[in-house]
Amino acid sequence: MTRTEIRNFLITIVLFALAALIPLSDSGFWLSMGITIATYMVLSTSWALFSGPTHYISLATGAFYGIGMFTVGVGIELLPYWVLVVVAAVIGAVVAALVGLATLRLSGVYFVIFTLGLAELIRQIVTWVQTTMGSSSGLYVLTNITEPIIFWELLILGIIVYFIGWWINRSRLGFALRIIGNDEVVAVHSGINTAAAKIILFVVSGTVATIVGALLAPRLSYIESSIAFSPMLSFIVVITALLGGAQRLWGPIVGVIPFMLVWDFLTATFPNQTTLMLGICFLLVVYAIPNGFAGLIEKYSHRLRGRT
Amino acid sequence: MKTFLNSKKLMLSVAAAAFTAVGVFGGDAAAQQTIKMGMSAPKTGPLAGGATVTHWPNVKLWVHDVNSRGGLKLKNGRAKVEVIEYDDRTNPGEAIKNINRLATQDKVDFILAPFGTGFNLATAPIFNKLGYPQLAVSAITDKIPTLTKRYDNIFFMLGSTSTFTGSVVKILKKMRSDGKIGNRVAMVNVADAFGIELAAAARPVFKEAGFEIVYDKSYPLGAKDLSPIVKGAKASNPDAFVAWSYPPDTFALTAQARINKLDVKAYYTAVATPFPSFKGKFKDAAEGILGAGGINPDTPELKAYFKRHKEVTGKDADYWASAVTYASFEVLGQAIEGVGSIDRKAVTEYIKQHEFKTVIGPVKFVNQNSERFWTVGQWQGNKFYGVSSEGRPGARPVIDKPDWK
Repeated sequence: MTRTEIRNFLITIVLFALAALIPLSDSGFWLSMGITIATYMVLSTSWALFSGPTHYISLATGAFYGIGMFTVGVGIELLPYWVLVVVAAVIGAVVAALVGLATLRLSGVYFVIFTLGLAELIRQIVTWVQTTMGSSSGLYVLTNITEPIIFWELLILGIIVYFIGWWINRSRLGFALRIIGNDEVVAVHSGINTAAAKIILFVVSGTVATIVGALLAPRLSYIESSIAFSPMLSFIVVITALLGGAQRLWGPIVGVIPFMLVWDFLTATFPNQTTLMLGICFLLVVYAIPNGFAGLIEKYSHRLRGRT
Repeated sequence: MKTFLNSKKLMLSVAAAAFTAVGVFGGDAAAQQTIKMGMSAPKTGPLAGGATVTHWPNVKLWVHDVNSRGGLKLKNGRAKVEVIEYDDRTNPGEAIKNINRLATQDKVDFILAPFGTGFNLATAPIFNKLGYPQLAVSAITDKIPTLTKRYDNIFFMLGSTSTFTGSVVKILKKMRSDGKIGNRVAMVNVADAFGIELAAAARPVFKEAGFEIVYDKSYPLGAKDLSPIVKGAKASNPDAFVAWSYPPDTFALTAQARINKLDVKAYYTAVATPFPSFKGKFKDAAEGILGAGGINPDTPELKAYFKRHKEVTGKDADYWASAVTYASFEVLGQAIEGVGSIDRKAVTEYIKQHEFKTVIGPVKFVNQNSERFWTVGQWQGNKFYGVSSEGRPGARPVIDKPDWK
């Protein structure tokens, strides 16, 4: 490890440790805010692991998140919760691999459109199964898992995602992905198995989203397909990741935090005009910080270094 | 005449001056007292449509009613009600955050329950942890016993899934024994949580009652074209048509049934049938249509309620959950007055122990569940009348649905 890497590693550990203290404070509001931020932090970071280097915009996050939620909803009366999280992760990985095999040979807009449809496709399959199997009641997930536990689970998952990301960046795989992102034809001619590299990353990203869904199911208590497979989720993940900057591992997190705080402020201050205000904010962001917050931070830190 | 008018004006201004003087010089604590109420429900997203009919206008109306009579009566004087509203964007995570924000940031005294089954269930642990009573109205579930055992502060007012299906079957049985319909039932449902739940609960009950389900199909939530469903139902030659439907499809199915002349003596669609907009859209063709909910709109209390609702909010109340939502606020208000303070624990206890006089009649909770509610209603003339209830008097006899015009 180089000195900067050790420094960054220590900063990360300290930040996560500080975040882990949030549930100990008395404010339920900041805890639920923390869960929202942690959820999107994990989702956006894992999204950027795949989409950052390859430039493939995936809108499938909602599909995997929904799979995780439904796996827990359907199985909660049959299996212990922790087993279900693992089962969900396996199902998510398998689905991601199948989807990857089928679509990652495509590129560009075809891939975007397919992933957008995926959430709706899986949602329809799930409801069809639910209707034909005739489950006599809705999907209730009544457990004793409280908000602090969910928050800590998400933080741990976040740390794992960070280390996977850090490791991939250093590995041959990460190098291959960067080449694919810059020019896929060159990558193929250099002897890189582009399909395999992309599928591996897509599986990692999809599995993480599935686990997040499974972890959040106890928070909702009652699982509805319209909420579990919300297309909004996929879009917010992309927006926050791009706002932060998908090229850096820590990019999405500097996007998620301000985005969620601003959105929350708007919801609280203008309950009747939230969407309008959000639209204005997007316009401002596009004009003022086109490279995302990560770009902004790096620009200023370079300047700072230039002076000293 | 003129002098009289003037003297009236004069009296008014003297009274106003006296009032101000009291406000400024005496009893400033009593005059300034307010009770802060929190409220989180959808203003945007898929559930916003239902909430703007059933939920939000009643918040406005109740606050208006309470404040225009001087506020809630507490031990240390009257307190006006002030509401802090948040939009949950039809997202349960957001609803949880809003409830937390209301309790820990805004430090409100009470929180009105959210809108929708999923939202009441998602926020129940938070209400429970923070110790706020939760009077859930728009939450219909078969898990009431389990939930009330888990959360000692949640109350249900609109009934359970199985009573809903049960009373539809009861009505059809009665019509059959009166020789009006035969055995053939066509059943469709929206393939979403509530629709699946109701359809699954209905199947065995229909069979047990000796009905033959000749058509049984589901359609996805948000399906745009329902004509194949209605045509299929018509081809099965049914005596009764039952749809466990949601707001958009309740309208779409009925429009198709009218176009395709699906003439049955018993025609039932579930959620949103009692909406004023349903009658507004189908006019005379709505006559005889059965739907989930109902109420007895001819009691003096409800007549006055419907009138006030229109005057204060500018909108018509629906013939089901609107009045129950308002009644849930009345229960909370009366419990606060009964205790005489904002002691939430005592208020929760008070709700459990007492009977309340509301616009929908007396409300009493047994094991935190109000066991008196309407289950089926029918459009008869210009109103949607309750035709089947649990423990509520005044149910009207069911009429045969005339053929589509």
